[in-house]
Amino acid sequence: MTFFDANLLRSGEYHDWLVQGFILSLQLLGASFVIALPLGVAIALMRTSPSAPLRAVGASLVEGIRNVPLLAHLLFWYFAFPELLPEAVKLALYDSNPEYICATIALSLYAGVHMAEDIRSGIRAVPAAQMEAARSLGLGRIAALRLVLLPQSIRIAVPPLLSQTVNLWKDTSVATVIGAAEMMYQAARVETATFRSVEAFTFATLAYLTVSLAISLAAQLYARRFPVRTV
Amino acid sequence: MIELIQDYWLYFLVGQYPNGPLGGLTLTILLSAAALVLAMPLGLLLGVARVSPFRAVRWPVAALVQVVRAVPLLLVVFWAYFFLPAVTGVKTGQATTMLMTLVLFDAVYLAEIVKAGIQSLPKGQLEGARSLGLSYGQALRLVILPQALRHVSPSLVSQLVATIKATSLGYIIGLSEVSFIATQVNTLVFTKAVEVYIILAATYFILCFGLSRLAFLLERRLNRRSASAPALASVAKVSL
Repeated sequence: MTFFDANLLRSGEYHDWLVQGFILSLQLLGASFVIALPLGVAIALMRTSPSAPLRAVGASLVEGIRNVPLLAHLLFWYFAFPELLPEAVKLALYDSNPEYICATIALSLYAGVHMAEDIRSGIRAVPAAQMEAARSLGLGRIAALRLVLLPQSIRIAVPPLLSQTVNLWKDTSVATVIGAAEMMYQAARVETATFRSVEAFTFATLAYLTVSLAISLAAQLYARRFPVRTV
Repeated sequence: MIELIQDYWLYFLVGQYPNGPLGGLTLTILLSAAALVLAMPLGLLLGVARVSPFRAVRWPVAALVQVVRAVPLLLVVFWAYFFLPAVTGVKTGQATTMLMTLVLFDAVYLAEIVKAGIQSLPKGQLEGARSLGLSYGQALRLVILPQALRHVSPSLVSQLVATIKATSLGYIIGLSEVSFIATQVNTLVFTKAVEVYIILAATYFILCFGLSRLAFLLERRLNRRSASAPALASVAKVSL
């Protein structure tokens, strides 16, 4: 028995398991990101809105979600949430792919509130005079937000948002706890089937490293290409 | 829900203790606190190595920090749990595995806090200390670190929050910390999943939100104190 059997990773059944896991992890990342980003923008706008009740709702969402570990979120959405649904919806959920759907909900919410905080810092970094000037030029509140405030704050927020995306990518691994067949789940499955922990975990490590480093690199390139302009 | 708490509160707090290993919320808190305390010397060492003038010291530590931060903590847990025993020949238990992983996790993040603290000081501090005849080690110990670590307490509390949340990953290797106990309770009761997991989430929330408020208050007090005392930056400007 060799110490490291690279053939296990290059082809065959175990290779297929690992690649499937990697693809599912990427899908979880993509689906959660697409939901988390607009959610983050919405919560950040709530937290910076002039209306006190909206600010309070935004703040409670952020604090309530980010002070509970992702694992507890996943357990709740997978084991408890379906019990709250009407029978028909519940059956439909179990008939589709409940692990994937519940993992996406939990990951989107968890990433969403973290992104909201980054976007909020971006909004607060734009001088108040920008908004006042836009309003006094006759733009409505929504138009001023859309055309003046958000483009500037998103630009400031992109590097922290990308590092939040790295966190989201790493967090997809926790979905293994509810049995979503992502990268970690498949690596553990190969380990159980073959006792070849080195190969399986090396594959997973390289997979996670590659995507994380690619996103970090994108963040650096962005920061160099679009440096934050101070007014 | 009241009934649930009445029946299982002790199990939730300490697991099977004293008839079995300590578990539940107590284990979560003890493990997090122990990991953070044990990680402090290591984090300090790694942080100082991160800004070392020697590339041979700086680069390997930078690589370690980057790799640990780029992979999921769960993967580190798996390496420690499945691979380490194969190399060392010693079967480590779940609690030990989790403690080792958390120490590494905390050390790496603390190293970044220490590094940021050192780099926020003006260069003149080190140069001044060196030109007064202190060795590099003495300059670090007597001049740089006391200033760099002065404002570190809010970050330490935030790191404790991160550690408490990370402890939940022990669930996946079967460590009987509070999330694992909650799932056990859920299996025993079977019909009250919503209540069980709401209680679990509320427990984490009270613990982590309380601690983050503490970090916020510490930060505000530090800022107020440095605003009333002569600011570090202005002293530094004079020394330049």
